[in-house]
Amino acid sequence: MSSLLEVSGVSVSFDGFKAINNLSFAIGDAELRAIIGPNGAGKTTFMDIVTGRTRPDEGRVLWGEANVSLLGLSEARIAREGIGRKFQKPTVFEDQTVLENLLMALRNARGPFQVLFYRPTPGDLDRVHELAGEIGLMDALGRKSGELSHGQKQWLEIGMLLAQEPRLLLVDEPAAGMTPAEREHTTTLLVAAAKSRAVVVIEHDMEFVRRLGCKVTVLHEGAVLAEGSLDHVTANRKVIDVYLGR
Amino acid sequence: MSQSVLARNPSVLVFLAILGLFTLGVTLMSEWAGSEVVSTSFVKTLGKTLCLALVAVAMDLVWGYAGILSLGHFAFFGLGGYMIGMWLMYERTHGIVVSSLAEAPIPPTEAEIVGAIGNQIFGVVGSREFPAIWAFADSLALQLLFVVLVPGLLALAFGWLAFRSRVTGVYLSILTQAMTLALALYLFQNDSGLRGNNGLSGLQNLPGLDHVPQSSVSIWFFWASAGALALGYALSAWIVSGKFGSVIRGIRDNESRVRFLGYPVEAYKLFVFTVTAMIAGIAGALYYPQAGIINPAEIAPIASIYLAVWVAIGGRGRLYGAVIGAAFVSLVSSWFTGGQAPDVNLGFYTIKWVDWWLVLLGLSFVAVTLLAPKGIGGLVDLWTGRQAPDRHGADLGPDAGSLREAEAER
Ligand SMILES: Nc1ncnc2c1ncn2[C@@H]1O[C@H](COP(=O)(O)OP(=O)(O)OP(=O)(O)O)[C@@H](O)[C@H]1O
Ligand SMILES: [Mg+2]
Repeated sequence: MSSLLEVSGVSVSFDGFKAINNLSFAIGDAELRAIIGPNGAGKTTFMDIVTGRTRPDEGRVLWGEANVSLLGLSEARIAREGIGRKFQKPTVFEDQTVLENLLMALRNARGPFQVLFYRPTPGDLDRVHELAGEIGLMDALGRKSGELSHGQKQWLEIGMLLAQEPRLLLVDEPAAGMTPAEREHTTTLLVAAAKSRAVVVIEHDMEFVRRLGCKVTVLHEGAVLAEGSLDHVTANRKVIDVYLGR
Repeated sequence: MSQSVLARNPSVLVFLAILGLFTLGVTLMSEWAGSEVVSTSFVKTLGKTLCLALVAVAMDLVWGYAGILSLGHFAFFGLGGYMIGMWLMYERTHGIVVSSLAEAPIPPTEAEIVGAIGNQIFGVVGSREFPAIWAFADSLALQLLFVVLVPGLLALAFGWLAFRSRVTGVYLSILTQAMTLALALYLFQNDSGLRGNNGLSGLQNLPGLDHVPQSSVSIWFFWASAGALALGYALSAWIVSGKFGSVIRGIRDNESRVRFLGYPVEAYKLFVFTVTAMIAGIAGALYYPQAGIINPAEIAPIASIYLAVWVAIGGRGRLYGAVIGAAFVSLVSSWFTGGQAPDVNLGFYTIKWVDWWLVLLGLSFVAVTLLAPKGIGGLVDLWTGRQAPDRHGADLGPDAGSLREAEAER
């Protein structure tokens, strides 16, 4: 099977500490994948590498049908290639309204001159309203996003991610700080998103992962410890020792 | 397009209306209109203040909106002044030389005229040759083009190097200070080609218009300054009004997040840095003919720091704040340093404002930064009823230039 993203033999060390150790990972089109692992396993660092924030010391990161290497590209370029990212800590533009946040994320030309002369088309506004409905922020479109609750900010960020229409979504702990009902809604959003694109979700909460109902990759000390269905990996002795048994 | 900008920013219309009324009022009260209320020298002060307000608007765009604390924008202002000053000085000296040589028995050749002009202009620095940079000094059109081109190209080159290597925050500010210092030191040299520390002078005299009294010239420049401020303000308001404004405010508050949305952050910074440098150049080109003289001391590093202080006191992140800050501080400053402020006698010590004004300005800056980060412009919020949203003490972003919670508006 040809994969959308293929990471192979990647290692990174920070001041001699190996945060990622010979990691290999692949995901195909329209696939949903969960990554679990103890704190400090290197899950966020993995996303940093794929999105161009961190340069690996060795290894390859290949993208798309043409197998383009992402390693030399800037963060912005990688984002334009079709990789969207949600951060562990919700990061929305707090001084701007929900509408402005979504419009900024909406898939459109990104160059300064195009943006200078950009005015939202009716189609763009429709799309924003549709997204706002999906993330439950329809009534908050005109509010400054700094005023939103923690969970709402998480959703707004997911909404911005969807607005980018990426081919691959990297989502870091999307359900942190959410109520059970909000978590459920988030699951629905992610499962729906994975129908048409690849989605990688980092999550600690097993219940949440179970509801995603997808293949799971367990990271430990910067390498893949186990991979498979949730039941399969949770039955794995090593996984129980390092992660579940604690 | 422009209509929607105005509809979304009623403050632009209010500002333009106030500026128009102010211009009209000053005009009617000037000596040019036959009134005695506003002296010609005060018209010049007001005209210069409008130019300072324009460069402050540029500063607000680059710092208040894009979060780039440039401490070098006065260099661009000064360069604009030098570019127009070259033409003014050349043309005027040309006129003087031609009329003085007219009495000579043999009509002078073109080379003799140019030589005499060179002698007049560069005599003070012990030279008579025209440096290469004066090659187009006889062409008003070209020198006007240089008013925007030279600051723009310098900003483009500097910004390209700095932003590409992702220099941000304090380091960028220091780098811009270094740039303006280097430029000032270079211009101080006699062989810089711009008359060293003598600078360019006599700029208040328009070539070929010797018969026009200064009361008229001053009001012309006042109008031109008001017009430039109006255009610069409207242009800046347009730039920050739409998605472009969203993106640059996003860069200010959280640069890396904007990158992950796919925006080429460096290109945006470069655009804003360069456009504001060109606006600063235009402001300088209008300022120095009203001041009459420009010398390298004008672009000393401290001048650019003042610019940031004006914007901070007026309220960064809102264009009228920059105008208020520049106008207020520079007018108050000329009142204090002009010896008009009454000395305060404490019995054991007399506070002479000429000496103490800078201390007062420094203290006000600290006070505004700590106690009223929205600056004077924040007073407008009391009136329009805008409040800060409750962010539970969180600032707006992790970047060095990002807005603090206390500065945000609902
Ligand atoms: N920029 C950095 N400089 C130094 N060390 C880093 C850096 N980024 C990550 N690390 C280290 O790398 C290791 C992996 O960190 P990472 O954030 O990827 O963990 P994680 O799996 O996301 O953990 P959590 O579940 O707590 O979010 C940690 O020990 C961390 O301290
Ligand atoms: Mg993490």
